[in-house]
Amino acid sequence: MNEALLLMKPELIVTVIIFILLILHVARENSSPAYLLNLINGLLFINFLCGFFFNREGTLFGDMYVTNGLIVLEKNILNLGMLLISLQATDWLKKKDFIVEFYVLLLTTLLGMFFMLSSNNLLMFYLGLELSSIPLAALANFELEKRKSSEAAMKFIMSSAFSSGLLLFGISMLYGTTGTLNFAQLAMLIDGNPLQLFSFILLLAGFGFKISAVPFHLWTADVYEGSPVAVTSYLSVISKGAILFVMASVLFTVFKPLVETWYNMLYLLAVLTMIIGNLFAIRQQNLKRFLAFSSIAQVGFILIGMSGSSQEATASVIYFVLIYVFSNLGAFGVIALVSAQTGKEEIDDYKGFYLSNPMLALVMTLSLFSLAGIPPTAGFFGKFFLLMAGAGKGNFVLITIAALNMVISLYYYLRIVKVMFMEKNETPMEKLQISLFPRISLLTCMAGIILIGFTTLLYDYIFSLSTSF
Amino acid sequence: MNEYSYTALIPLLPLASFLLLGLFGRKYLSSVSGWLGTGSMLVSSILSLIAAWQYFFTDGMVNGAYQKIIAIQYTWLQFSPNVSIDMGILLDPISAMMLMVVTFVSLMVHVYSLGYMKGEERYATYYAFLSLFTFSMLGLVLSSNIFQIYIFWELVGVSSYLLIGFYFDRPAAVAASKKAFIVTRFADLGFLIGILILSFYTETLDFNLLIERLSTPTPQLTGIITASFMGISALTWGLVLVFIGGAGKSAMFPLHIWLPDAMEGPTPVSALIHAATMVVAGVFLVARLFPVFILSAPAALEVVMYTGVFSALLAAIIACTQTDIKRVLAYSTMSQIGYMMFALGVSGYYAESGAGYMASMFHLFTHAFYKSLLFLGAGAVIHLVHSNEMKDMGGLRKFMPITHLTFLIACLAISGIPPFAGFFSKEAILHAAHVNNSFIYWLALITSGITAFYMFRLYFSIFWNKASKIHDNHHGEGTWSMKIPLLLLAIGTLLAGFIPFSSFVTADGIPYHSVFNIGFSVLPVLFGLSGITIAWLLYQKQNERAEKISGSLGGLYHAAYRKFYIDEVYLFFTKKIVFNLIGKPAAWFDRNIVDGFMNLLAVITQEISALIKELQSGKVQGYAIYFFSAICALTILFIYILN
Repeated sequence: MNEALLLMKPELIVTVIIFILLILHVARENSSPAYLLNLINGLLFINFLCGFFFNREGTLFGDMYVTNGLIVLEKNILNLGMLLISLQATDWLKKKDFIVEFYVLLLTTLLGMFFMLSSNNLLMFYLGLELSSIPLAALANFELEKRKSSEAAMKFIMSSAFSSGLLLFGISMLYGTTGTLNFAQLAMLIDGNPLQLFSFILLLAGFGFKISAVPFHLWTADVYEGSPVAVTSYLSVISKGAILFVMASVLFTVFKPLVETWYNMLYLLAVLTMIIGNLFAIRQQNLKRFLAFSSIAQVGFILIGMSGSSQEATASVIYFVLIYVFSNLGAFGVIALVSAQTGKEEIDDYKGFYLSNPMLALVMTLSLFSLAGIPPTAGFFGKFFLLMAGAGKGNFVLITIAALNMVISLYYYLRIVKVMFMEKNETPMEKLQISLFPRISLLTCMAGIILIGFTTLLYDYIFSLSTSF
Repeated sequence: MNEYSYTALIPLLPLASFLLLGLFGRKYLSSVSGWLGTGSMLVSSILSLIAAWQYFFTDGMVNGAYQKIIAIQYTWLQFSPNVSIDMGILLDPISAMMLMVVTFVSLMVHVYSLGYMKGEERYATYYAFLSLFTFSMLGLVLSSNIFQIYIFWELVGVSSYLLIGFYFDRPAAVAASKKAFIVTRFADLGFLIGILILSFYTETLDFNLLIERLSTPTPQLTGIITASFMGISALTWGLVLVFIGGAGKSAMFPLHIWLPDAMEGPTPVSALIHAATMVVAGVFLVARLFPVFILSAPAALEVVMYTGVFSALLAAIIACTQTDIKRVLAYSTMSQIGYMMFALGVSGYYAESGAGYMASMFHLFTHAFYKSLLFLGAGAVIHLVHSNEMKDMGGLRKFMPITHLTFLIACLAISGIPPFAGFFSKEAILHAAHVNNSFIYWLALITSGITAFYMFRLYFSIFWNKASKIHDNHHGEGTWSMKIPLLLLAIGTLLAGFIPFSSFVTADGIPYHSVFNIGFSVLPVLFGLSGITIAWLLYQKQNERAEKISGSLGGLYHAAYRKFYIDEVYLFFTKKIVFNLIGKPAAWFDRNIVDGFMNLLAVITQEISALIKELQSGKVQGYAIYFFSAICALTILFIYILN
């Protein structure tokens, strides 16, 4: 019994926190926002720390649930991202009335992701996926007074329902052809007949929707722009990261027999995703929308790494997602601060940002450099490893397209840097207050961006956990 | 082995200085930041000298050939069981030589900047960036692993981006830094893909292993040669792609477009980056992989050769038409690097047939002295007249005797006049070209004549020509911290040529004694002297000859009446033919076609981006239809067509 508890430790802790919050909400209705936020961030920090102790490997519930070192690591990455976002959101949440509700919903999605990561059965996977996406629609609507926020929520839930429907259709057909939903058994029974291929395409579309890979990405920009910054960063970092982890493991285990087919599909998706993401990002005027499209382009790179289908591929995808958490949250952290204190989100509002807020401008610059893959930031190493894993297939046309896209992305990331540092602004932004929590979060992101590239232990560790293909 | 462990300090000292100045410089160390940076650079230079001395005279030679010594190496990251990324220090003749060049020039620039950048608001930041650049450049030349060189390669790009854009309140500087960064990054993608191809087939990133596996008959070599894409072997592709990376940093045609614009940076920065260090990184890279080029992929080496000679000629012609003195120097750098490139191209490998390789490295070495001298001299001139334009200068020799003298020495050196350093190295290159490829030889010879012409056009326009506009209230040549580097570099320019270079740096590591042939050098020197003479006739005194001849044909008619016949022929040839028929079209081609092509790419990207914007309509039912059709398309493609 004890072992079972330890196996499910991450899920249990999150559940306990959810219950603590609910009880607290009923018992002490008049808690001040500051008190609540301190408490919650403290709990999230404990949750993050707990991820490092008493980890076990094994299966539960008749092979429905599985956990191992790699999955624990992935959950820890998500926990870390969750904590960073929560720290960044304090300024914004202080002014809100529904702090507890916000966190209950957010933690529920995290719980869903944990189950999804640990799933060893398509049914379990589907449950986790839904648990992680439905509360997100409510979260997207969290700026209750804003029309755009409701619009974002509406679009998200509609598109999400549509993609889930197709995904479920795919799962049921897979069950129809094989008679099982267990990952290991599926891997043995899949032989690549057309019906299975079709159901695979539906599954891939479901994944593609969640990671906003082109051509399943159209919801992304509207939802990212309309949602509160905290939710946008959650969607673009945590939710995407979780799906990418699961996607790698499903492709590498369940669909191993179809590797030739899905390599070509990933190839196609990666190329489209990078190019379209980049071309859209160039034109954006809203910073959140800009990051939305640039993060689409980032996903294209991750797909390249994944297409390598090897131990290096798994390791480089996870490594990159970790770096991506730091880089993207560095950028979103600055946006969150600016948005919470001034309400400004357009790129033009950032003209002359360096003059009034030099430190924040530097944080933003470093984050953008890391996203663009410029050394010595971690993003450089992350991208290189992805390309190296992708090159393992010997397809240099794909690598060339990827490298070209790196140059295009450099162009627009530098555009933001240029705006912040040298363009004049008649109505410059005032000097912003950076309170303790956002400060910790931004410093952590900076430390991550600078140090991860140079400490190779982390990559070695991830590599040692990754299973060979 | 460990007797070289101190070499780690050579790049680490500038790094320490960067961290110190970058973190605390502006607040606490502003006043001493220059001395701090310079001090760490001085120690670094001394250590480099010791290392080079120890390598060349004590340990480097084993069995009559210079060996590669791995001073330090540790596995930084085990990417996969076969491929590891190491960080290390590789000492061989070229890296030892580059060590000296980089640290010496960097030291000179550090000292010079003490005076030049004095009073600058972001003085500490400037020195921090300078240290970062030096660190990256040293890391680059010492790399023992092709991924390590790539990291530092990119770091050099970043730090030069920071330095060129140092005056970030000037739009031109910011635009230039961005252009330089993106163009070189574009080239770097070639390098990146090249690395991936080479490492994919050789299963290693280590330089020594890579070169060994690709230059001797191994299964890996067979594999990479038999694999082909569009009829060209993977090895040739890989090497050409690596060369594209090098061409980007070294401003070879058509990736040179960033270099002239990069002159917006502070002038000492140009002396460091655009004269002696970063721009020769491409030459260094080709030299590093030279055994692979020459022994296994001569076709790739031909690409290097023709790119080099074409860039040398084109840049020389364009340099004649420029009026901004720093831009003249920029094009001249491009031209000289073209020399180094094609010298590698005409080289063989064994013993004296590898003279081109030796000459290229020799030229790199001497060029570092006189080109950084020219840039620093130009900096002093700009400091005095507050303008980059030739028309604002003239008659300055009285006001700045030291600058004048050292500038003259450098001009003579670059024109290939004995006994200055440039003469020896250029002779060596021309000789190697003469032996191997007479077409290249003649092009190079013509280029060297043009070089002498535009350098002395520059010299006369600055220091002679018309009477100076400057009155008594000038502030002279600047401080001693600005003059000392000029003098030291001038001494280098005077002496560097006498080094018996072939005893130290050769293609296969085996020293040989090169024979100097006086008869051969008559023709090149004559070319140089005639270039100088034409420049003297046209620009020594203020006159209207040049303008008139370059004017209309009617002007030519009248001018022909009044002037000496021979004079007019020179003028006609230089101004009318060279300027208008070759120079201007070349400059136009450069500005409009090459730049235009790059801009076109950007415009196309923008346009497509505008077109597909329609997809993003904001209607969620439209998204669903789109989603569904994508699934149908995938189904049709992968189940009905490809299956």
